[in-house]
Amino acid sequence: MSSNFNRRDLLKALAAAGLAGTVPGLGSRAFAADKMIVGVIYVGPRDDYGYNQAQAQAAAATKKMPGITVIEQEKVPETVEVQKTMASMIEQDGASLIFATSFGYFDPHMIKMAEKYPKVRFAHCGGMWTEGKHPSNAGSYFGYIDECQYLNGVIAGHVTKSKKLGFIAAKPIPQVLRNLNAYTLGAQSVDPKITTQLIVTGDWSLPVKEAEAANSLVDQGVDVITCHVDSPKVVVETCERRGIYVCGYHANQSALAPKGYLTGAEWNWLTVYSMHVKDAMSGAPFKNFVRGGLQEGFVKMSPYGKSVPDAAKKKADAIKAQVIKGEYVIFKGPLKDNTGKTVIPAGTSLKQTDPVLEQMNYLVEGVSGKV
Amino acid sequence: MAFPDAGRLGRAMEALAIPLGALLGSMVLFGLFVAMLGKNPLEVYGLMFQGAFGSSFAWQNSLVRAAPLILTALCVALPAQAGLMIIGAEGALVLGGLAAAVAGHALGGLPPFMVKLAMAGFAILAGGVWISLAGGLRQYRGVNETISSLLLTYIAIALFNHLVEGVLRDPGSLNKPATYPIGEANMLGSFFGFDVHWGLGFGIVFCVAMYVMVKHTTLGFSLRIVGGNARAARLAGLPVSKLVLAACFLGGGAAGLAGMAEVAAVHGAANASLIAGYGYTGILAAFIARQNPLAILPVAVLLGGISASGGMLQRRLDMPDATVLVLQGMAFMLVLAAETLYGRFRIFEPKPVEEKYDREVTVGTVVAMEKDAMHNLALTTVASSRQSR
Repeated sequence: MSSNFNRRDLLKALAAAGLAGTVPGLGSRAFAADKMIVGVIYVGPRDDYGYNQAQAQAAAATKKMPGITVIEQEKVPETVEVQKTMASMIEQDGASLIFATSFGYFDPHMIKMAEKYPKVRFAHCGGMWTEGKHPSNAGSYFGYIDECQYLNGVIAGHVTKSKKLGFIAAKPIPQVLRNLNAYTLGAQSVDPKITTQLIVTGDWSLPVKEAEAANSLVDQGVDVITCHVDSPKVVVETCERRGIYVCGYHANQSALAPKGYLTGAEWNWLTVYSMHVKDAMSGAPFKNFVRGGLQEGFVKMSPYGKSVPDAAKKKADAIKAQVIKGEYVIFKGPLKDNTGKTVIPAGTSLKQTDPVLEQMNYLVEGVSGKV
Repeated sequence: MAFPDAGRLGRAMEALAIPLGALLGSMVLFGLFVAMLGKNPLEVYGLMFQGAFGSSFAWQNSLVRAAPLILTALCVALPAQAGLMIIGAEGALVLGGLAAAVAGHALGGLPPFMVKLAMAGFAILAGGVWISLAGGLRQYRGVNETISSLLLTYIAIALFNHLVEGVLRDPGSLNKPATYPIGEANMLGSFFGFDVHWGLGFGIVFCVAMYVMVKHTTLGFSLRIVGGNARAARLAGLPVSKLVLAACFLGGGAAGLAGMAEVAAVHGAANASLIAGYGYTGILAAFIARQNPLAILPVAVLLGGISASGGMLQRRLDMPDATVLVLQGMAFMLVLAAETLYGRFRIFEPKPVEEKYDREVTVGTVVAMEKDAMHNLALTTVASSRQSR
């Protein structure tokens, strides 16, 4: 009989199996469920001491919420692979809420999947969800981490002796430039003579180049460094080895530099994760465009290291309190870029929510480098 | 004349059985490895099958991952026919993708079919020329092509980033620099209604065409002579350098076409997402397929399946992403190690000639065996020349 099992039967069997695979997905799409499966997708390793770890920490905390199962997949490239990963989570595992955590997942990948699976909610980190242009079951969340980079700068401004700071950046894109400028402005709020040396490595994860960049900054006399790369691990370790100060980014890296770690700008994604999970559980409408800073608890500072002087702590804490109350403006005129051109005229204050800030394409006065 | 055929059949069986045995061996080793991690190997195998080939969804998932690998594997396998070890498919892929994106945007006003054709043409040209550089460096300057093709990849990626983040950048692409989009009308659709893009179709057609070219045309025969012994080929009057460059161009063109498929079927523009390592996994595919263009098809599907099943293992068993890379590594090592087993198994060898056959057949067999001996000699020459480099 087995010889009768021909190609047609095989196709039928495959089709049946494929259909069966979609059933759990259909079952979990009801509203106001008491059980839910949440999928989280990372572009790098979950333990990178950086961008992905910050997301994974929130995912780990989300696992503890009642009725929630979190399924995770790491090192998913920004190709058709991420589309297939989302579809697998939905069809094979029954996920009804997906956190797509890498910038490049948004367009076209997540948008395509959101159109294909209209009952699943897709939350993306960093993208610009636009009403009318993108599907209503898709959305983006991001945090004003430049507030923390500003505070990093305030602390750095207090401890620097050479008055030269360093910033190691992956790519000269708006999100990165905003951090760099905030860090510089924070330091200049302590001493306007402070300058920042920028080094762009060219990609998000280039450990060798990041170490070279840190070393060359130290050789140029820089004595406090921070960065915007996916994993600050190598930068933090190199600074510690060379005996200079470092401010962390993305996650808490204090364990890597017990002597030189001043403080750091960290994400606190649990705020966003638990909000979306609760909304999905109760059937509340999906919040498509979510942004927040220190005030909303989207970002936080690492605890101060032991090298931070009390005066610095006092100043930084005072600014932080004002930021949380919404009374402090980081980007306000008159502000010049490093070519002398006025980028924010006198009398203009840009609030953190201003979309103009998400298109930043200049380096403020005092930054050496070019975009 | 039954014996030469029997010999060929035996050889084909051998060529099938040895890599399959090696793959089976790597699965067993992988089972031991996951057992050491405290997981049940049978559960792991079951999930892997489910994730890779267990449903039509899983099949499509595997095939879509296989599509670029087929073309990048050809970038290794075609130059290999002429005795070159090219590992620079990644560079040809990204430049092919860039050429396609630029052509797609620049020719946007033409009918979509023409635009697609032009994108494919420019992608093949860009990838082909890039890999030909490695071939040319070897033929005319004596530079090792393995090293030069690898280094050319770094240059290609740097050039790609420089152009995409510089002059070719669409100012609208804020946080992820990309070229101008090629437009929805110029995108490639799905492959016969499957949720798999046309890159798969390109791969299948390219593989079959190249198999026919290599095995059944004079050009292919000349290539293989060059690959077997370039000096002998030169003495026989073959245009060795031209053949080497042609093989490199075809291989690079295949990888460039993979880049075009990524741009025209997936991303809609060229951006850093093109640099996804397909060129490197293609090397693995070509080696497991023993540089046979036709064998690349099932091997790429298998590798696509392994990659698809990796997600399943992560999600269901919370195993790290590197788990399936361990399996890939084991498979690669065992397949390479199994190269030494060819000709060691009696069962695949032609049977000794029996008395009742007349002299003519015996002569035929001897000739066939001598041909095999020559073939083996050629292989040994390639192997030793590779070692000595």
